[in-house]
Amino acid sequence: MKLLVCVKRVVDYNVKIRVKPDGSGVELANIKMSMNPFDEIAVEEAVRLKEQGKATEIVAVSIGPSQAGETIRTALAMGADRGILVKTDAAVEPLAVAKILAKVVEQEKPDLIIMGKQAIDDDSNQTGQMLAALLGWPQGTFAFKVNVGEGSIDVTREVDGGLQTVGLKLPAIVTTDLRLNEPRYASLPNIMKAKKKPLDETSPETLGVDVAPRLKVVKTAEPGGRKAGVKVGSVAELVQKLKVEAGVL
Amino acid sequence: MTTLLFAEHNNAHLKDATHKALSAAKALGAPVHVLVAGSNARAAAEAAAKLEGVEKVLLADAAAYEHQLAEPTAALIVSLASSYDALVAPATSKGKNVMPRVAALLDVMQVSDITKVVSPDTFERPIYAGNAIQTVQATDAKKVITVRTAAFPAAAEGGSAAIETVNAADDPGVSSFKGEEIAKSDRPELTSAKIIISGGRSLGSSENFTTYIEPIADKLGAAMGASRAAVDAGYAPNDWQVGQTGKVVAPDLYIAVGISGAIQHLAGMKDSKVIVAINKDEEAPIFQVADYGLVGDLFTILPELKDELTKGG
Repeated sequence: MKLLVCVKRVVDYNVKIRVKPDGSGVELANIKMSMNPFDEIAVEEAVRLKEQGKATEIVAVSIGPSQAGETIRTALAMGADRGILVKTDAAVEPLAVAKILAKVVEQEKPDLIIMGKQAIDDDSNQTGQMLAALLGWPQGTFAFKVNVGEGSIDVTREVDGGLQTVGLKLPAIVTTDLRLNEPRYASLPNIMKAKKKPLDETSPETLGVDVAPRLKVVKTAEPGGRKAGVKVGSVAELVQKLKVEAGVL
Repeated sequence: MTTLLFAEHNNAHLKDATHKALSAAKALGAPVHVLVAGSNARAAAEAAAKLEGVEKVLLADAAAYEHQLAEPTAALIVSLASSYDALVAPATSKGKNVMPRVAALLDVMQVSDITKVVSPDTFERPIYAGNAIQTVQATDAKKVITVRTAAFPAAAEGGSAAIETVNAADDPGVSSFKGEEIAKSDRPELTSAKIIISGGRSLGSSENFTTYIEPIADKLGAAMGASRAAVDAGYAPNDWQVGQTGKVVAPDLYIAVGISGAIQHLAGMKDSKVIVAINKDEEAPIFQVADYGLVGDLFTILPELKDELTKGG
C-alpha cells in the first residue's frame, strides 16, 4: 500500500504571533517555522503503518515556498521515503491546496492519504475533506485510531460527545486529531539520511491549478482584549461576588 | 435568495448548536430554510420548525442519514444547493466534517468558524488560535459557511414553519457507520452549558476530578471541562477538552481550577462572560483573563467552595 502524507510549513506552535500594525496580516518575518503539529502526527502514523508492514512507500508532499522543502526533509527524517515540493510563494487557500493535491494524487496513485485535521495558522479545517470530495473518496476526519484492513480502513473519530468509528473503502483520506499518536523525534543519523532521499519539485502552474484566492482578506486585527479582574481573599468573598456583583450564581 | 442551515441533531432532539447557527444564518439577511437530515428525525424537524425566523424545514429522512456521515450527507446538500445562495452549518464535529466536502463539490472556498457577520459576504473569523481576527470577503457566488456557535446567541422559539420532505440523494456507498462510544451524562453539554468548571493537570488524577470537581459541578448544574494537559495525562476524557483544538465555549460562568492558562486553552474559553481562576501560582497567565482570581491550593479551596455553595442553598 502506498501512502501520501501532506505537510504544511507554519509558524511554530510556541511562537506568540503579532498582528502587523497596519492590519495587513500577521508578522512572519524572522519567525521560527515548523511542521504543522497535526501533520507531524500524520507522518508518524504513516511511518508506523510502514513499520507494521502495512505500507510499502510513503511520499511526503508540501505546498509552499522553497523553505517548505525543509518541512519535507523533516518528514523524510521521520521515515517518509521521498518528497514532492509544489513550489509557490503565493498564499494558497485550502480549496486550491486540495486541487493541487488532487493532481499529485493523479500522478502518484496512493491508496491512503494522511494529513492533519487543520493547520494551526489559518485554522480552516477544510483541506482533507475538500480533497476527498474532489477525488470522490471517503474521509475519516479527526482520527483517534486507524485500523487498516484488506481494501478498507476503519477510522475511529473524535466527535462531539465521544468517539465514532466509520468503515471506509480504500482509497481513502484520513485527517489526524491530537491523540492518534505521539510523533517521534528524528534521530541525527536519520536526519543525515534524509538529505539523500529524493525530493522532486513542481509548481501549481505545471500541475495546471489556478491558485487565485477566493477569499479577500479585508483586514487582520488583534482580538478584543480581556482585562485582568480582581483577586479575592477567600472562597466566601468569591461566592459573594459571583452572586451579587456578577450575578451568575 | 435563500439561506440553507444544516441542522445539528441526534434524530430525536435538535441540538442547541442549531439555534446559535440560526442566529448567524439570519444575520445574512435572507430567508432561512433548515435542513434536517436524519433517520426517523421528524421530532428534530418539528423542533426546528418552532424556531423563530425559520421559513421552511426540509426533512430528508433515510437510513443513510442516521449518523450523517460526510459522504451521503454532502451529496444530499449538494443536490439541494442550486436553490440557495448560502449554505450554513454550526462548526460542530458534524458540520466541520460535512461542509468542506460540500464546498469543494460546489467549487466554493468555505469560510470556516465565523464569529461575526459583517455583511452578507464579509465575515470575521479567528486565526492562529484566536490570537488574530481576520475579516474576509467571500467572492464566490455561493457562500459556504461554518459558524462558531459560542459567538452567537441562541435563536428563540416562536415560529411555526412548514415541514417539507425532500428525497434522499444517491449514497456514494464508500463509507459505513461501525459504532460509537458517546458518553451518557445528565450534565449539560460543554458547548451549551451556562456554567462550566474545568480542571487542569494540577488535579493529579481522574479520581480527583470525581472527588473535587464533580460535586461542585453537581451543585451548580455545570458541565465539566479540562485542559489539554489534563486530558493528555488521562485525568479527563477527550471530549472534555476546552481549547483551540478542543471545544470552544462561552458560558456565563467559567471556573478554571488548576489551569495555568496556556494560549491553547485561553483560545477556547476567553469569550466566557465571567471567568474565575483558582490556582496556587499567582503569576499564572490565567489570572490575566480572569474576572475573579483566588490564589491557593485547590485541594483546600474546592471543598470550601462546595460547602459555601451548599450553605447558600
